[in-house]
Amino acid sequence: MALISNGTTIFDAGAMASGFGGSMTFIKKLTASSSATLSFVNGSSGVVLDSTYKEYVFICKNMEPSNTGGPDFTFNMSIDTGSNYNVTKTTTQFNARHSEDNGTATVAYVPNNDIAQGTGFQIIADGVGGAGDECADGIIHLYNPSSTTFVKHFIANFVNYRVNDNAYNVFTAGYANTTSAVDAVQFKFGADNIDAGTICLYGIA
Amino acid sequence: MAVISNGTTLINAGALDSGVATGALTHIKTLTASSSSDLSFVHGASGVVLDGTYKEYVFKLINMHPASSAKMNMFFSTDSGSNYNATVTSSNFSAYHAEDDSATSLYNESDSDVAQGSTVPLIRNLGGDQADSSGVVIMHLFNPADTTFVKHFLTTDSYVYGSSYAAFSDRKAGYVNTTSAVNAVKFAMASGNIDSGTIKLYGVS
Repeated sequence: MALISNGTTIFDAGAMASGFGGSMTFIKKLTASSSATLSFVNGSSGVVLDSTYKEYVFICKNMEPSNTGGPDFTFNMSIDTGSNYNVTKTTTQFNARHSEDNGTATVAYVPNNDIAQGTGFQIIADGVGGAGDECADGIIHLYNPSSTTFVKHFIANFVNYRVNDNAYNVFTAGYANTTSAVDAVQFKFGADNIDAGTICLYGIA
Repeated sequence: MAVISNGTTLINAGALDSGVATGALTHIKTLTASSSSDLSFVHGASGVVLDGTYKEYVFKLINMHPASSAKMNMFFSTDSGSNYNATVTSSNFSAYHAEDDSATSLYNESDSDVAQGSTVPLIRNLGGDQADSSGVVIMHLFNPADTTFVKHFLTTDSYVYGSSYAAFSDRKAGYVNTTSAVNAVKFAMASGNIDSGTIKLYGVS
């Protein structure tokens, strides 16, 4: 049944008509609990990561590692619905940091955290503290992952309570250098578990 | 027909009532390039809203691909697009990383800033020589209808640089140095057409 007001269709076929409602649509929330990984796979568990949207946004909140030694928070992409997270990437990273004791404040390129045509996981927050109140938070924009014409750009910005008691503002950007559709994204703290944290996925219409 | 629930009007006269929560990011207009000389958003034309309705507007450029590698510029107008010559002062810094790992840098890019000029370099050298090259940009424009203050903007991007196979990411900020209302924005290559790409305009409530 459709709901039509003054000649304008508001609802039809179980959905609100386009032009109504907001443009940022919540898709999926994953919550870590001593989890090895958190993965968003198109078509699995209600996840949409296909041509439905040209921009997807992952918002990571209070990501805390199980290891207090300062592991890196990372992500990777898949073109085979999560069988392998090994997409080739070229990326850049720089950060601004400031220590709690006011002893260090810098802006710098981070050559150890970028990737040149590598398939490994991309560091998006390095040396994340895992003790007590320490954690990392941030946002990743992923563009047009289902395109079979273009590379897949991403832009990430994280703030991180680093293990050495520094506030880090980490900027990462680059592209998955593939014309295959990216259909899954995975997050992890290297070999360590994600002790706590939530990641929400949104589609931008 | 109106829809009224428990005395509260939800829908009337073909529209959701203003009191119904719909999300704060509202899609206004999508323009798609197809060998286009420019893409322009003019308030009041073709359904574009760019006035005092919102105090923040967001332009999202997705998979912008030029006919050949060139600079992409943006322009602001205070006369509904008759002239795109509003004066801008802005800053830019960039990070890049070559695919062959031969070069990285974080630096002030003077070729992409503006000192009281009207042509604003948005992407310094957008790769178009490879079929899979493209660029993405997020551009926030604040309170364009204001007649008291300058109009600030912020941009973040990721793109394949020219024909050199490098991941570039820029951060720009500046202001349109006018107290007249800005009511149109144009995007164009410095030379050649925009071969393909999508630009979406949103209002933020």
